[in-house]
Amino acid sequence: MTVVDTEATISYDDVLASFDPVMGLEVHVELGTNTKMFCGCATEFGAEPNTQVCPVCLGLPGALPVVNETAVESAIRIGLALNCEIAEWCRFARKNYFYPDMPKNFQTSQYDEPIAFNGFLDVELDDGTTYRVEIERAHMEEDTGKSLHVGGSTGRIHGATHSLVDYNRAGIPLIEIVTKPMLGAGERAPEVARAYVATLRDLLKALDVSDVKMEQGSMRCDVNLSLMPKGSTTLGTRTETKNVNSLRSVERAVRYEMCRHGAVLQAGGSILQETRHWHEDTGATTSGRPKSDADDYRYFPEPDLVPVAPSRETVESLRATLPEPPAQRRKRLQSDWGFSDLEMRDVLNAGLVDLIGETVDAGATPAGARKWWSGEIARRANAEGATDVASYAAERSITPAHVVELEGLVKAGRLNDSMARQAWEGVLDGEGTPTAVADARGLELVQDDGALEAAVDKVIEANADVAQKVRDGKVQAAGALIGQVMKEMKGQADAGKAREIILAKLTS
Amino acid sequence: MTTDLTRASAADLADLLSKGETSSVEVTQALLNRTDAVDGDVHAYLHVDREGALATARDIDARRQAGEQLHQLAGVPIAVKDVMATQGLPTTCGSKILEGWIPPYDATVVTRLKQAGMPILGKTNMDEFAMGSSTEHSAYGPTRNPWDLERIPGGSGGGSSAVVASFQAPLAIGTDTGGSIRQPAAVTGTVGTKPTYGGVSRYGLVALASSLDQAGPCTRTVLDAALLHEVMGGHDPLDSTSINAPVPAVVEAARRADVKGMKIGIVRELTGEGFQAGVQARFDESVQHLVDAGAEVVEVSCPSFTAALAAYYLILPSEASSNLAKFDAMRYGLRVLPEGLDDPSAEQVMAATRDAGFGDEVKRRIILGTYALSSGYYDAYYGSAQKVRRLIADDFNRAFEAADVLVSPTAPTTAFKFGDKIDDPMAMYLNDVATIPANLAGVPGMSLPSGLADEDGLPAGCQILAPAAADERLYAVGAALEQRLLASWGGPLLGRAPELSAARSTSMGA
Amino acid sequence: MASTLPTCHKGQRTVGPRQGLPRIPPRLARMAELSRDDVAHLAGLARIDLSDAELDKMVGELGVILESVATVQQSPIEGVEPMSHPMPLVNVTRPDVVRPSLGAEAALAGAPEADQQRFSVPRILDED
Repeated sequence: MTVVDTEATISYDDVLASFDPVMGLEVHVELGTNTKMFCGCATEFGAEPNTQVCPVCLGLPGALPVVNETAVESAIRIGLALNCEIAEWCRFARKNYFYPDMPKNFQTSQYDEPIAFNGFLDVELDDGTTYRVEIERAHMEEDTGKSLHVGGSTGRIHGATHSLVDYNRAGIPLIEIVTKPMLGAGERAPEVARAYVATLRDLLKALDVSDVKMEQGSMRCDVNLSLMPKGSTTLGTRTETKNVNSLRSVERAVRYEMCRHGAVLQAGGSILQETRHWHEDTGATTSGRPKSDADDYRYFPEPDLVPVAPSRETVESLRATLPEPPAQRRKRLQSDWGFSDLEMRDVLNAGLVDLIGETVDAGATPAGARKWWSGEIARRANAEGATDVASYAAERSITPAHVVELEGLVKAGRLNDSMARQAWEGVLDGEGTPTAVADARGLELVQDDGALEAAVDKVIEANADVAQKVRDGKVQAAGALIGQVMKEMKGQADAGKAREIILAKLTS
Repeated sequence: MTTDLTRASAADLADLLSKGETSSVEVTQALLNRTDAVDGDVHAYLHVDREGALATARDIDARRQAGEQLHQLAGVPIAVKDVMATQGLPTTCGSKILEGWIPPYDATVVTRLKQAGMPILGKTNMDEFAMGSSTEHSAYGPTRNPWDLERIPGGSGGGSSAVVASFQAPLAIGTDTGGSIRQPAAVTGTVGTKPTYGGVSRYGLVALASSLDQAGPCTRTVLDAALLHEVMGGHDPLDSTSINAPVPAVVEAARRADVKGMKIGIVRELTGEGFQAGVQARFDESVQHLVDAGAEVVEVSCPSFTAALAAYYLILPSEASSNLAKFDAMRYGLRVLPEGLDDPSAEQVMAATRDAGFGDEVKRRIILGTYALSSGYYDAYYGSAQKVRRLIADDFNRAFEAADVLVSPTAPTTAFKFGDKIDDPMAMYLNDVATIPANLAGVPGMSLPSGLADEDGLPAGCQILAPAAADERLYAVGAALEQRLLASWGGPLLGRAPELSAARSTSMGA
Repeated sequence: MASTLPTCHKGQRTVGPRQGLPRIPPRLARMAELSRDDVAHLAGLARIDLSDAELDKMVGELGVILESVATVQQSPIEGVEPMSHPMPLVNVTRPDVVRPSLGAEAALAGAPEADQQRFSVPRILDED
């Protein structure tokens, strides 16, 4: 009997030659409600340990849960945004298992009656094609506490002598969003997985139901993966890789598990149904806990909570609060703003869509808004380690109105482009509004046409050869003369006007 | 005329207090003295809060002196079953696993008692986590029946029934999951009501079976039960299953005591066979009293009641197995380290603690419930039991189309002797056969004394059941029956109970 | 703390797909029969470290009880809607408004062991 190495991998191409991947993603989202799912404790991130706890979320004897109304509304809105049906009547259930960070030793969740089910989310891939992810369900549940493992060398659970538990997080509302098996993605499976999580994140952000910070754990992803031999229609045994908590890791974890499953199956082994742990540092998964009888969660309807039965009027009024889907909004804005695909992608990657939108709404041109928010300020924000331009600007009270004002100064002929850049730098340096900076720095185009004409005459005289080329019809040679004129004017001239005068003198 | 403050009803004490003929301190002290004298024998209390009770009494007396408008029951002392969280007072639920636990919060019922200004005398004994019908399953030793110290006081709330029956308190809080207020009332000759499910907040009541538990009054008279019911009841936003409606007009109904024209339904499945002859005889007399008072008697059939006990002993253990999972040695209560292990894990400490901290009956029911909910058996056991529950509720609905209230003996027998049923769980469970259907359907029920059984001279109880949210009917019928029974006995039934070893406690000349 | 979601009576019930765990057929040949191994397994699920003597005793007792409670299946329950709650309430919620917490001191007062303002628990065997 051959022993199969269950931790070996084969190349990605080898996997694809013989197998089709099947994925399922389970995403947990912490809602941004003021209070917990079943009690009035605050949900502030980073509070002192065990300061946001009460008899309910500590699971003290006798305490009882009461459902957070806003959490239910958020769950319904998420369901609607994922094109789900909303249950007319559904219950909470108890999922029974013992774990020290779970105060009641059962999690109040939803089992076979989720609030939202049967939906889909269209995901746009890098090449512009769309993959439809079918959503099985979105249900409400509560988070667990957090353990600090003490005594081990690494702070990890293994080797620790004891653990210290903080229940501030226990009871924070979670929505678990579960996809149906995702088939047919083939070699693009890792990309599809990442794009799905990214699209979902943007959607939840647009819904304003969560801060969706994967690095803080307010959005967490479990990746289920199995392989199907090519031509087969039978699903293989799956593994569940837990807590894959960045977009890049989602992509890498799918790829890694595909390569590992492929190796096991090709060597004639079989996949053990188990949970696996993802390691960001090594880019690999390791074996966790096998599925066992201990996973008999003994679900039953939660007797301490009554059913949730949202009326159709409630559902429709919540539907009316849904924002435009982010993908659709992007397409609309790109078209409204006249940006190229590349420009739009840059704007998206820099997280500037909302800022540009506000600036355009305030009266700037889209091109101007894009130019001013993505130039010097982006460089500074990046250099100073800010998370994004919007927060960098907000911290310094730099607003869309500043951009509108700057554009106005250019349009009115007071500043040319290079002066506008100087004015903007002054704004970024905290010297005040663009007008104030221009005033303080003495930035002002020379409006005296006489001075400009004199400068043009002087430059033509000094560069007779170039002037002759222009006279001979080489209009582009005028550029060199304009540069000289601007130099002569110490930059304080309107280059367009200088060009006009030069051409008038040499070509008429 | 001499008024024995310990024997006075809560209504009478309220009257004396409002007239200034006694003080809350005087009443409270009299009851504490009585406890000193008799509770060594009865063991109704797990914890007596002498200082706390007297402090509340002094405060109420001072406020009354100052002319403050007080609640009707202000200054009337009360005992609370040890299953209710009381801030600063030990709450053990009769279990070793909670020994020494001091809740940092009050149950809503306790908050309401405090708001009414009622001194809390102490916490009463009970079967561990309210699992039992005799208090023999208390980890702290049983409570004894004041009628016969060799017999059980009923359970699980034997402490609350005995504390009232032995004149240590005029009022007590009980909880009833399958009869834990009514059956103890029946075997101690006292009155107890299980209100409509959701009529009294469960916040702070340490859950046995969440969909069955309901707190209610334990008293010596029907009017006292109504007065206490009114204090305890009403909507609580901290309990999702609490009914958002005013408390039914129970006090008014108890005062009117009028059954003229009411239809009284006798449940065929809850009489006759299996009921002790003396219990049945007293019940039949009670029915005749109601007829004499102007009620009409009809017979109704509730065929699904025969399956109630089986459904109950699946639903209760299932919910209990989950409710009691929180007792795991991590956050509060007992922590036991397993023997012979140097470096035990959390899992091992949990298992060792739960083995050492829970008694046999609790462990039995947790295992049973774990089984009934487990994958592969859920539909056959828990699922089927929930369907039987629906059939029982349907039976009640049909019966209440024919009758305004239903009546039956409360328990099949009078108080049995300690040890008689302790080794036979099924025999013990049969005590609750008549009380369980009300918990499954959520309807209200009351037990009041119907007299003494001829064969043993021990109290028997008559149970009244009403439709959900019609708790006032219990009090109308109960008070009417009580009036006629008192007239026929020539005084309270408890007057015939043997004197406990103590001399009569404080008396007051009037 | 009233609900703004309107209360409605249970209408046509729409539920989602049944999730995950399939209903495994009973592993025991007869219903009301539990082996010692079964009871030991259940005690493990319930986290109770039963002694051998306790296990022996419980196998017998549970057998008797199970035989009795299994009679629920003999009632006419075909097509009957299971009843999980005694009162037909729906949509009981509270507004999303912060209420005072206990405070760490009160929260930890009953802890068997505490350290660094946290509940100290023995080492945990495996990640969840």
